[in-house]
Amino acid sequence: MKSDIILAGVGGQGILSIAASIGMAALENNLEVKQAEVHGMSQRGGAVQSNMRISSRSIASDLIPRGEADLIISVEPMESLRYLPWLSGQGWLITNINPFINIPDYPDLDSLKETIKDVPNHLFLDADAIASDLGSKKVSNMVVLGAATPYIDIPYKSFEDGIRKIFGRKGEEIVRLNLEALRIGRDLAEADGN
Amino acid sequence: MLLGDEAIARGALDAGMSGIYAYPGTPSTEITEYVQSLGLKDRVHSEWSANEKTAMESALGMSYAGKRSMVCMKHVGLNVAADPFMNSAITGVNGGMVIAVADDPSMHSSQNEQDSRYFGKFAMIPVLEPSNQQEAYDMTYEAFDLSERYSIPVMIRITTRLAHSRSGVERRDIKPQNKLKTPENPTQFILLPGMARKSYKKLVEIQPDLERESADSPFNSLEGGEDTSLGIIVAGLAYNYLLESFEEFKVPHPVLKISQYPLPVKLIADLYSRSDEILVIEEGYPLIEESLNGVLGREKKIHGRLDGTLPRVGELNPDIVRQAFGAAGYEGLKVPGLVRDRPPALCKGCSHSDVYYALNQAMAAYGNGRVFSDIGCYTLGALPPYNAIDTCVDMGASITMAKGAADAGLIPSVCVIGDSTFIHSGMTGLLDAVRENSPITVIISDNSTTAMTGGQESHAEGRLESICIGLGVPADHIRMLNPLKKHQADNVRILEEEVAHKGISVVIAERDCVHRLRKKRQQKKSNSNT
Repeated sequence: MKSDIILAGVGGQGILSIAASIGMAALENNLEVKQAEVHGMSQRGGAVQSNMRISSRSIASDLIPRGEADLIISVEPMESLRYLPWLSGQGWLITNINPFINIPDYPDLDSLKETIKDVPNHLFLDADAIASDLGSKKVSNMVVLGAATPYIDIPYKSFEDGIRKIFGRKGEEIVRLNLEALRIGRDLAEADGN
Repeated sequence: MLLGDEAIARGALDAGMSGIYAYPGTPSTEITEYVQSLGLKDRVHSEWSANEKTAMESALGMSYAGKRSMVCMKHVGLNVAADPFMNSAITGVNGGMVIAVADDPSMHSSQNEQDSRYFGKFAMIPVLEPSNQQEAYDMTYEAFDLSERYSIPVMIRITTRLAHSRSGVERRDIKPQNKLKTPENPTQFILLPGMARKSYKKLVEIQPDLERESADSPFNSLEGGEDTSLGIIVAGLAYNYLLESFEEFKVPHPVLKISQYPLPVKLIADLYSRSDEILVIEEGYPLIEESLNGVLGREKKIHGRLDGTLPRVGELNPDIVRQAFGAAGYEGLKVPGLVRDRPPALCKGCSHSDVYYALNQAMAAYGNGRVFSDIGCYTLGALPPYNAIDTCVDMGASITMAKGAADAGLIPSVCVIGDSTFIHSGMTGLLDAVRENSPITVIISDNSTTAMTGGQESHAEGRLESICIGLGVPADHIRMLNPLKKHQADNVRILEEEVAHKGISVVIAERDCVHRLRKKRQQKKSNSNT
């Protein structure tokens, strides 16, 4: 199996927790993983991405070549589009629809939605609303990850195990919240696929 | 899963390192942070240093005492540490000493993209350039042995992409730390001319040995490949992009992978003799390509960054390298036109922004072009909506450039520097200005942390005022202000008074970084819960 994933968002939005959860799930299945992150200046509210490569064979480049990503997972709608040149023809774009507006010329949200709809395989969801209903806006990134899990060839249970490992030290309640967020995201994606 | 940076730290620890010295700088910061995260305080020194020069010297001191030491920095940090760096090659080491330098091609978080391999060549020391996380671990582990074998510091050179990419790493046996032991030769570390000439001669004499080490190194390999119409020399991380350019990673041409310097001349000559043309793929400057070309060029064509086969500037990636092998440019999806740039910005509630709003108002009467600044989060004051600063050159340059401009007659000149940068390289410049009572105002925007690199402790904490008094700034021209919107009128007045003063003045604007404050509150909360 091979899964090349671009994670997108704005510095501070928590894409690295998504990356860590996927990484943990991949390792549990004895897969090779490479995960390039952005540290430094861009973390101050700038556009950030992480290139995540998972494979049952060895991986050379830390960076995904253009046109070869199987998935773009984004926690912000405009950021989801920034990496389109990396998405393969069959690839999926999965994004939270809540904009993070910290620039004066942020585009109109309806136009953004229309543009996302032009991507052949896309799914957008209101992860913030779902997370708020669960009681913590912080878990919206796990809703997005949940919606992406059907498109990554790793058993769903491994994602749950990964989350338990990563959030375990923060307490049972945090683990439960994140697992619930993951489940709802997953269900939404499966409903969308049917 | 370890970052490349973390793999270096792990390799050093497993090789028996007794201490690590560094000043934070992207993309090198996580090497030291990893060691700090393990809580080895009793066994391994890992406190931050004031700057890269003090770090390098402390590491050399630890090596003098017989222990294995490491010093880490970003590429431009090596400029700061250049003096002890160059001389440590002459003194040599006692305990093994490894210098880890992280370059930043494409300048993701830097002022330039200088290539530290040149510094390694300049100092005539071995340089190791890993291509992946496992090699970062293995090379660091072995670098200490190499260092002790030839009594010479060894450089590990990585770039941003490896520094900040994770993968699995297999560890080796953990070695015990060295025992305390001063150098056998009592004059080894005395660089008086007579002794330095001998030491330098020895450094020159071991160069053929270092080259032989490179030729025999398992990190350098010349692999077959039947299509000799092209021979490929590939260095460090670029090796991955080369593999990525061919199905099943099968490169049809002979490939010389170089990860240890000085250059393995024998292997290069071997590749050259059996290939019609040569392509050099290296991350950074065209160091190898230039060496091959020499001054007069060669009979056979050498391709690389100099002849345009690869771009002369910027970071490599799999697409660029594929195009060097004739792949067509990518013609898939494009970035939609409505996507806007999203540059980094000062955080909501950041104290620097209140400093800039007040400063802009205080300086309005004098017009633009008088505010010198420095390296840190506050450099973002160059962007809208602030547009508050006119320079950003190197650590500490704000104070000294403001002084030079005032010397030239640009009065008043003002500078903005952070607390950590002030400690790193600002204090000595302030002393210059104090001695001449230069008509400049030094604003220390003190958020009590090294914020840009993730909030490391600042040596300045609680000391800024006493340092300024100690350096001789008149006490009545050291002013404190509280950078909050509600105090803006007071802050503008204080700044106006000091900018108008015809001598040296310092304004300390102190308020915690918002991230640091949040961390402090969380800690307080968790402490009160337990």
